[in-house]
Amino acid sequence: MNWMDDTWPWYVAGPLLAGIMFALLFLGKQFGVSANLRTMCSLAGAGRFSNFFNINWKDQRWNLYFILGGAIGGYIAAHYMGNNGVSISQKTADYLENTYQITGSKMAYLPPELFSVEGFSHPFLWAIWIGGGLLVGFGARYAGGCTSGHAISGLSNLQWPSLIAVIGFFIGGLTMVHLLFPLLFKA
Amino acid sequence: MKQFTYILLGICFGIVLYKSEAASWFRIYEMFRFESFHMYGIIGSAVATGALGIFCIKKYRLYTFDHQKMALEPKNKSFPRYLWGGVIFGLGWALVGACPGPMFILVGAGFMPLLVVIFGALIGTFLYGLLRKYLPH
Repeated sequence: MNWMDDTWPWYVAGPLLAGIMFALLFLGKQFGVSANLRTMCSLAGAGRFSNFFNINWKDQRWNLYFILGGAIGGYIAAHYMGNNGVSISQKTADYLENTYQITGSKMAYLPPELFSVEGFSHPFLWAIWIGGGLLVGFGARYAGGCTSGHAISGLSNLQWPSLIAVIGFFIGGLTMVHLLFPLLFKA
Repeated sequence: MKQFTYILLGICFGIVLYKSEAASWFRIYEMFRFESFHMYGIIGSAVATGALGIFCIKKYRLYTFDHQKMALEPKNKSFPRYLWGGVIFGLGWALVGACPGPMFILVGAGFMPLLVVIFGALIGTFLYGLLRKYLPH
């Protein structure tokens, strides 16, 4: 049963993601995960501070179920579906090891240097986690969507705004990886 | 019953993103270094399949299962919010190697630091709600 263990190829994963988007469309919903962050803020009472959060969260309940399913899927895949290494290109693996001493792509799904439980005692990693999350949350709402809403749903629907957002994603990502990583991780 | 459908679709989403490694920090890093086609293939084939399907939906005027219009309204036309929002999002995506979907998938997979990342994302969302009237849209 190799397909359980191995990396699923892109030509399987991409059409399956589109299939999930179609299933949601036929159920009358729009594929977009970051909307859940807004719903969660609403549930936590953020509506008292900004009417941006005065939404009828019950309309968004389906999306909370969807992302709960996502977490369950992550559990199933990590525990019952084979090896947890990531088959990135040797070039990338070597570069990470030689430049940032980030290792482990052969046996870990995320770099242990950045995401292990030991990291909870490192203030620097807390700053990375909170800071990175903050940029994602802020940017997704400012742009009106994330990878699922813009890159997949939006581009599939041939929307110009989504193309602009995806170009923005890449400007930001390239800046982080090529200009800011050397400053953040090399010192 | 309907909840179960959404949970089941979410489970598929989680397994596909985990097993294709699109939820891995390593893959996002590799993508931004242009050292593999993998992530471009995932996004590209998702969009190609998606565009073909949506073309058919529009051409044959398909409706949802309960005979409503599909949720395909175009986004408002503007420029700054998509570009600047996108850039800010991209900076965070590359840093933590996870967009919102994978954050939840990875918590399920047992990576507890991602709970902190989700907390950060909630703060970011909240800050946008507070600051949005001062931002160019």
